[in-house]
Amino acid sequence: MSLSFKKALVIGASSGIGEATAVALARSGAAVAVVARRAEHLAAVEAALRQAGGPAAFSYAHDVTAYAEVPELFEQVVRDLGGLDLVVYAAGVMPEVEVNEYSFEKDRAMVEVNLLGAMAWLNLAAPYFAAQRGGTILGVSSIAGERGRRGNPAYCTSKAAFTTYLESLRNRLAVQGVNVVTAKPGFVDTAMTRGKPGLFWLVSPAQAAERMLSLARRGSSATGFVPWRWSLVALIVRNLPSFVFRRLSL
Amino acid sequence: MAAPARASSSPLRAAAPRRVLEGFGRALRSASVYAAPRDAEELALLLRRAAEERLPVAFRGSGRSYGDPALSSGGLVIDLTGMARMLSWDPVNGILEAEPGLTIEGVWRRTIEDGYWPAVVPGTMFPTLGGCLGMNIHGKNNFRAGTFGEHVLDFDLLTVGGQLLRCSRDEHRELFHAAIGGAGLLGAISRVRLKLKRVESGRVRVEPLAARSLGEMFDRFEERLPVADYLVGWLDCWGGGRGQIHQANYLHDGEDPEGRASLHVERQGLPPRILGFPRSLIWRFMGPMLSQPGTRAVNFAKYTLASWEKPGKTFLQSLVAFSFLLDYVPNWQLAYGERGFIQVQLFVPDEAVRLVLPEVLRRCRERGLVSSLGVLKRHRPDPFLLTHGLDGWSLALDFQVPKNRERLWDLGREISARVIDAGGRFYLAKDAILRPEDFQAAYDPRLAAFLTLKRRLDPQGLLMSDQARRLLGASD
Repeated sequence: MSLSFKKALVIGASSGIGEATAVALARSGAAVAVVARRAEHLAAVEAALRQAGGPAAFSYAHDVTAYAEVPELFEQVVRDLGGLDLVVYAAGVMPEVEVNEYSFEKDRAMVEVNLLGAMAWLNLAAPYFAAQRGGTILGVSSIAGERGRRGNPAYCTSKAAFTTYLESLRNRLAVQGVNVVTAKPGFVDTAMTRGKPGLFWLVSPAQAAERMLSLARRGSSATGFVPWRWSLVALIVRNLPSFVFRRLSL
Repeated sequence: MAAPARASSSPLRAAAPRRVLEGFGRALRSASVYAAPRDAEELALLLRRAAEERLPVAFRGSGRSYGDPALSSGGLVIDLTGMARMLSWDPVNGILEAEPGLTIEGVWRRTIEDGYWPAVVPGTMFPTLGGCLGMNIHGKNNFRAGTFGEHVLDFDLLTVGGQLLRCSRDEHRELFHAAIGGAGLLGAISRVRLKLKRVESGRVRVEPLAARSLGEMFDRFEERLPVADYLVGWLDCWGGGRGQIHQANYLHDGEDPEGRASLHVERQGLPPRILGFPRSLIWRFMGPMLSQPGTRAVNFAKYTLASWEKPGKTFLQSLVAFSFLLDYVPNWQLAYGERGFIQVQLFVPDEAVRLVLPEVLRRCRERGLVSSLGVLKRHRPDPFLLTHGLDGWSLALDFQVPKNRERLWDLGREISARVIDAGGRFYLAKDAILRPEDFQAAYDPRLAAFLTLKRRLDPQGLLMSDQARRLLGASD
């Protein structure tokens, strides 16, 4: 089965993976609504969507941590698109955290954007799709959620929690015909990773978006790494004993 | 251009949980904001907030309406099952006062040992009093006892504007007759007072009567109408309407060998096992029996067994066991699978019934969609505005929703059109398929009067279930 998406919402779409996913969807013929914090980028994204040939494009300035705005905005998106069959949650932050730094402000920002923002949006998408007995939720998690690395405890935590949240949604919604997909990118060449040391197997946001959408189109509630070869890394990392893992400078 | 999102001015939308709710038949569902008030004050606050946020509201009790009257897609569903206190019980006069979330089960369990039974009950004990009133439910004794509303003495109606109106046959008389059967579209019921029926035994005498054809079933019904307290007919829809009638009569002093001991609550239970299987597991094995070949075989077997029964043989059965047939197999609705089922209940005037119902059964067979269960009842008119009650008959047909749901919806509308032509009506507690033009044709000019009243009490049209949106779309 290959799903084709006609009405998609991408949250966190002003740059990086989110923007690339929105453009790829527009290119495939979907009407796309994009939501992002940075209003100044949204006009350009909306123009890119139109240029990509999408039948309709809508953009909304919104900070995903403004949770109280979400229900009304979700209703507005559904109204503007005339329905919904795909929601992509791609909003994410990863501030620089030194290995000897413990910053509650930074940690809270990651949990609020990467996890709580996702819950605020997907807790609306989930019942909407369950009621219409169909739809796809694509969550952009990360390979960073596989283990608790020393480099950024809160980022790993937020992504691990997001992965588990998506798994729970998948188990809850599968019987109702809703496809919940977890994408776990490795290193993607975005503003969030740019300049960081030790990156390898870097892919472009467009390549990541294509791989994620192909996972989503399978319609089989998949979990997949982006690109696929990261699954081998994840397999090893997951199975390393703790006393070995903590000696690695990850 | 990016539309800036505004700060929320909608605390209900922003903070209340979302739920995916279904009608009892599971064929219709929607996602909504959900709230469950604990008392009339919280209920009033919820209505006020919903009005401020322009959030359409539907009321919900036990969720036993088959279609979509207790759903509100994208709106607010107010679940009243948390308001289930019995406020007073007068065992001398059989008058009960309760909050709307109290169920029929909650009523009979408290009153039967005092010798009172709800005068009208549906086929299940789980609906709430608020639901029974809003839908003006009926039972197997409709021809004799009328609808539920006929036994309501008064109730409090909380309007969207915050007024609490006591409605009875003397006060707000018009509203009394419109809110009963008004599907919760005029206001919230926050209290109801009900007159119960005096019974001298907890059992009824039941007589099964086989009928070899639909015509014979009508004849047997008519013959028994003057003497029966309850009459219900089961139809084999594959066999042209042959079937079996069950007549039941209350037992009076001296007629029950057990005497008043039969009124004990413990004597009123349903059997824990059926054919040796725990009741709670049975639905899991019912799926194949609900397919078209399965229903054909089951109906054939049921009729064959019924036709072997000795004429004139009677037996005693507890009021609960006779009344609540739908509760024998818990969760039976799940046996219809993920697509669920709908029930089409057609109310046909007496003078047209012998023409219309055979035609309905024929059309179902021609379309390849035969009901798994056909139930025939006799009705009488009542004074309520949107009532289904009429001097006539009803046939309830259960259909599993097929893969191509439109086939079933088309059939439902086709047979409904035939009923409208004959001057018939429908029952909002069961409806899932009617269109505005069907509803208007069946209820004009009563519908216009109802809508005038609604505009007066609810000018914004806040009280709007999915069913109301479907049925009133063009009229409101």
